[in-house]
Amino acid sequence: MSKNNCAVVGVGQTKYQTTRGDVSMAGLVREAAYRALEDAEMSWSDIDAVVIGKAPDFFEGVMMPEIYLAEALGCAGKPILRVHTAGSVGGSTALVATSLIQAGIHERVLTLGFEKQSESNATWALSLPQPFSVSINAGAGGYFSPIIRQYMIESAAPELIGCMVAFKDRQHALRNPYAHLHQHDLTFDQVVEAPMLWEPIRYSETCPSSDGACAMVLGSESVGDASSKPVAWVQGTSMRSEANTFPGRNEVNPRASRECADDVFSQAGITDRRREIDVVEMYVPFSWYEPMWLESLGFAEIGEGWKMVEEGATHIDGGDLPVNCSGGVLSTNPIGASGMIRFAEAALQVRQMAGEHQVDGVQRSLGHAYGGGAQYFAMWILGDTKP
Amino acid sequence: MRDVAIVAAGQRQQAAFTDETEVQILLPIFEQVRNDTGLEQSDIGFTCSGSSDFLAGSAFSFVGTLEGVGAYPPICESHVEMDGAWALYEAWVKLQIGEIDTALVYSYGKSSPGSLRDVLSTQLDPYYLAPLWPDAFALGALQARMMLEQDIVSRDRLTEIAVRSRDHASSSPHAVRKGDATTDFVEASPVIADPLRADDCAAGADGGCVIILAAGDIAKNVCDRPAWIRGIEHRTDAHSLAGRDLLSAQSAALAANAAGVGDDKIDIAELHGPFTHQEHLLETALGITDETIVNPSGGALAGHTMMAAGLMRIAEAATRVSAGAGDRAVAHATSGPWLQQNLVCVMEGD
Repeated sequence: MSKNNCAVVGVGQTKYQTTRGDVSMAGLVREAAYRALEDAEMSWSDIDAVVIGKAPDFFEGVMMPEIYLAEALGCAGKPILRVHTAGSVGGSTALVATSLIQAGIHERVLTLGFEKQSESNATWALSLPQPFSVSINAGAGGYFSPIIRQYMIESAAPELIGCMVAFKDRQHALRNPYAHLHQHDLTFDQVVEAPMLWEPIRYSETCPSSDGACAMVLGSESVGDASSKPVAWVQGTSMRSEANTFPGRNEVNPRASRECADDVFSQAGITDRRREIDVVEMYVPFSWYEPMWLESLGFAEIGEGWKMVEEGATHIDGGDLPVNCSGGVLSTNPIGASGMIRFAEAALQVRQMAGEHQVDGVQRSLGHAYGGGAQYFAMWILGDTKP
Repeated sequence: MRDVAIVAAGQRQQAAFTDETEVQILLPIFEQVRNDTGLEQSDIGFTCSGSSDFLAGSAFSFVGTLEGVGAYPPICESHVEMDGAWALYEAWVKLQIGEIDTALVYSYGKSSPGSLRDVLSTQLDPYYLAPLWPDAFALGALQARMMLEQDIVSRDRLTEIAVRSRDHASSSPHAVRKGDATTDFVEASPVIADPLRADDCAAGADGGCVIILAAGDIAKNVCDRPAWIRGIEHRTDAHSLAGRDLLSAQSAALAANAAGVGDDKIDIAELHGPFTHQEHLLETALGITDETIVNPSGGALAGHTMMAAGLMRIAEAATRVSAGAGDRAVAHATSGPWLQQNLVCVMEGD
């Protein structure tokens, strides 16, 4: 028994914005799915199965919405799976879809992540009080700010590294027509002077709340070979989870993150990570997570990730390892789709189809997502050749 | 298809676990299946769970049970916001790729703190249907009424199914509604949503279920008689309630056909029918005949743990195959209103 090859043959995204009041949830997911099918030059009837992911159902107030969305996704009479692994869900969802192809069960799978945050309130949904447990009622930013402070202390990074990441990602977003935030006149000083929201995280260093959906069509080797457009071949996939609360846990650089990275790079046969990966789409909902993940993923030595930011190594213009050329989560955050967007943007880069934010000559890319209390990880490496 | 089997299954279910959290419900079951197989969490190649944030009343509620299963050192793990039967499907897919040999699957639900029949209304089309708050029993009753009026099923047949559930449940340690298996008793049960009586509706329960899957020789090494999965398929129907044929379970029939249910004699069927009339529809969709023992556990009617009732059907069927009570069994799981989504799993002993 051997693993079948899998290729990304279609990508579709909605325009991301605060409120997509013009469409229902069904309309939103259908828009992305339809664009992915168009890109793949397929129709609904070509799809064997659908794998959909989103973050907590409280974000829209619909329990297991895939039940209602089945028709909009052309699923009647077909299999549909619904994945939920916290913030990493968009990545995990793509990996479940990939496994359906790799196991030889299906030839063409539509996978999609979405969130319509305007239907509810994320900070409320993340802070529902529970019996016998203390709620910090602070949403995700309040949870991650002490971890970021810990990183700043351990690495002795300059105070404004986070602002540099935020400014870079907002500049990148200007080249991506789908990105939520298009802050044309933003200056670095404005990023620095923004109000402190969860010290040390400024308002300008956080992600927006977005509505949006992102979809991909994945195909088997024969489907990939038959595509008239460039495809992105899956060269490695990995998922890891670890417990959230125990004494001695390394929350800055979680073991699950390191082991997930080791696994995915080893599958792709990569030894010199910074040199062999051409572009990264990384899950950075708060600016400081870029240097933190650069270290955890092995692109930089421990304590030195911030230097790559400072040197501009992660900038699309002149950087040797451009990170989040799409603008990243900092510019677009429909939570359940955010991981899928990372994975899909990694595919677009390999397919040379990223438009204005395309990096020249990409042969291999990394898509990355994390979730929960930095405890759920999903990654894939894509290439322009079969593994 | 790679040979993959269920090598251990455990469950706990009662009307309400008022003094235990979801994690506490699961811990003894993890211990049981590990003892049964001698496998520790570090021996498990992939872990997958199924649960619902809406039942737990908390976002990311599965983070707690991840800690319960033991996720340090880190594990390869995933979660579906679906009944655990679909988590088992995902694990089976991972095993088919051939890179791992074992998987642990679990799911759980605790609906007793709320009113499940109302909570399930939030599962409906949020724009056109959910605002009307049709509860789950009312929707079931509409379907039952249509079936009765069009002679798809008779009142006597519904009662017969309810009596069968009570009868079989009498010998089932996990059933919450059992005994009094007489027509008179069932017909005296109060009407919940006309024409459905209390005994036509599944008895609400809290609980959890854990299953270990293993491939090939490992399965044979850790289990005397593994329940080999010979077919596992799932399909969905459309959701739009006005756009559905309520008089049959089409996606269940599609899944059963794809899983090869009709290829040979079925000794045991465990069907996830939340209502008596739906159990009848499922028997028809799966082509169940008199030579099959249907729901020897009492079925979901005898105890319905939301998010685990489907996985429990697989556990009940597999346990019986492993015990030699049958050679070929089918288990079924459902989700959504009016049997919208269905999974069918065919298992065989050696």
